Amino acid sequence: MTRSGLVEEPFSDPEQQRRAALFGMTIFLATEILLFGGIFAALIFYQAAHREIFVETSRELHIWIATGNTVVLLTSSLFAALAVAAAKAGNGKATGWLLGVTAALGLAFLGLKGWEYALEYGEGLLPLAGGDAKLGEPGKRLFMDLYLMATGLHAVHVTIGVCLLLFIAARIATRATRMPEQATTIEVSTLYWHLIDVIWVFLFPALYLVR
Amino acid sequence: MRSELRPLALVYLGLLALLALTVAGSFLPLGHASPAVSFGIAMAKALLIVWFFMGFRREGWAVRLAVLAGLVWLTILLSLTLLDLLTRNWLMPHFGT
Repeated sequence: MTRSGLVEEPFSDPEQQRRAALFGMTIFLATEILLFGGIFAALIFYQAAHREIFVETSRELHIWIATGNTVVLLTSSLFAALAVAAAKAGNGKATGWLLGVTAALGLAFLGLKGWEYALEYGEGLLPLAGGDAKLGEPGKRLFMDLYLMATGLHAVHVTIGVCLLLFIAARIATRATRMPEQATTIEVSTLYWHLIDVIWVFLFPALYLVR
Repeated sequence: MRSELRPLALVYLGLLALLALTVAGSFLPLGHASPAVSFGIAMAKALLIVWFFMGFRREGWAVRLAVLAGLVWLTILLSLTLLDLLTRNWLMPHFGT
């Protein structure tokens, strides 16, 4: 056994325990794929049904903020992957810092997204009270409804991810979680983070690049 | 850890290149091919993230199958939803007109 860790009941060795943890997480991720899948189904369906107005509305979105946000999330995923490498190498300090940077990039993503919402609210494009002056046309309102729902649900996931990563980074800092014995904790939580990134990778063309 | 840095950084650069490609592609007059191009590139990005960043290239099939099962159900969800829209006028040409 290379990783002499804390083996809980009913597992007989660390690797078996690790695989069970990863398996459980990936099953959860499959349910997340389906949660967002419903929104994607609606987006694709209505995009096919109301192509012209969807293209027109998509062009009014802030594509450069969204592109910047994609870079931020892709970078955060790189740091999350490096955190796993550091955790497996037994470097607790580096793991904590790398998770901290990942979480900070998540916060930067939320900041940019918030700024984008504020701009859209001012432009009368956000389907919220007081911010929907330009959403008279039903097709346009439908697209922005889907946009707000999809990005809002995604932002909730980013928020949960940031809290999770900061929590683990704090536990590493106080030595409540130790590397490499508990590297699986990092693997499992960064899997969640990467999925948030993958969902954004699909939301980006589905919302911003409708042409 | 150092041995991991190089492949992960290369994957990261690949992801940024694909992002540049998809944004540039959205400004080209691709017409009806445009959604196929942008979703194809998104698929390539997702595969890079799953295979390298999530470490699926080193995992066993139990973990891969869990995600594949999610994708199978997603395919059912999307295809049955779209089947209605795509075949509506095909089976009943004057439906809804």
